[in-house]
Amino acid sequence: MTPVERDDAEFIAAVRGGDLASFEPLVTKYESRIFATARRYARRESEVEDIVQEVFLKAFHKLDTFRGDAPFEHWLMRLAVRTCYDFLRAHQRNRETSFSELSDGEGDWLERFATDPDNAAETEDAARELVNRMLAELSPAARLIITLHEIEGRSVKEIRALTGWSESLVKVRAFRARAEMQKCLARIARSKYL
Amino acid sequence: MRERMNLVELQQKLIASARSHPPGDTVPLGFEHRILARLRAEHPLDFWSGLAATLWRLAVPGLAAALVLGVWNYATVVKGGAEVSLAADLESTVYAVVDAPAETL
Repeated sequence: MTPVERDDAEFIAAVRGGDLASFEPLVTKYESRIFATARRYARRESEVEDIVQEVFLKAFHKLDTFRGDAPFEHWLMRLAVRTCYDFLRAHQRNRETSFSELSDGEGDWLERFATDPDNAAETEDAARELVNRMLAELSPAARLIITLHEIEGRSVKEIRALTGWSESLVKVRAFRARAEMQKCLARIARSKYL
Repeated sequence: MRERMNLVELQQKLIASARSHPPGDTVPLGFEHRILARLRAEHPLDFWSGLAATLWRLAVPGLAAALVLGVWNYATVVKGGAEVSLAADLESTVYAVVDAPAETL
């Protein structure tokens, strides 16, 4: 099978030929993956839908730039990641959370972790809420790299392809992102435990 | 209680938590229709643009058919040994209508 799956190539050729309806099967095929990606960066469902809509509108308008030497999904994911990064930059907040602002569940989980780390399971909802809160405080670049590298487990090469950054820039930003994350955690826990 | 929290361990645990809770991939009902409606609103397809797109798509098959018919016609003429020029052929075709009534009289 060539890099571009046969069905995709046929639909893409039809869209380029002016058949707008042929874009719908492409949207149907990939929309769930784009929704999952967008939900890593935006919490409100209305924001997620806006991001996904923007990704597909960009894909339609830039379809002539798709060369077909790689799978269409990779090209679309690049667009999705870059759109999510633009979203993060546009909605950057400079708000810092302190321990007293944590929910009861988050505070309780953190206290259990401080007492006995094995007693605070990562599968608990409170841990998920805490990591979401922490990610929201990171800079856009740090959040993107932590998500792609640490959470999704993507390699430096994959991140380079997705973001358009050089490999050395990816490594530098990954290092800085981990430091930023630790700084953020230290600030949250400082008043109580440090 | 520990006096100092191990931040590296906490970071690893939170990352593991994020890994164990992947985001959902559910799609709102009819989302693809919404995208198509948005695109149609941006690019209203009128009769002439539709016709132009169709003609453009038929251009290559049309040229191919003309080429095949031309080759076939040439081959037929050469095979039959007829030395009829195109001009003479055209002339006889055009005057056929004029000549026909005279023949019937």
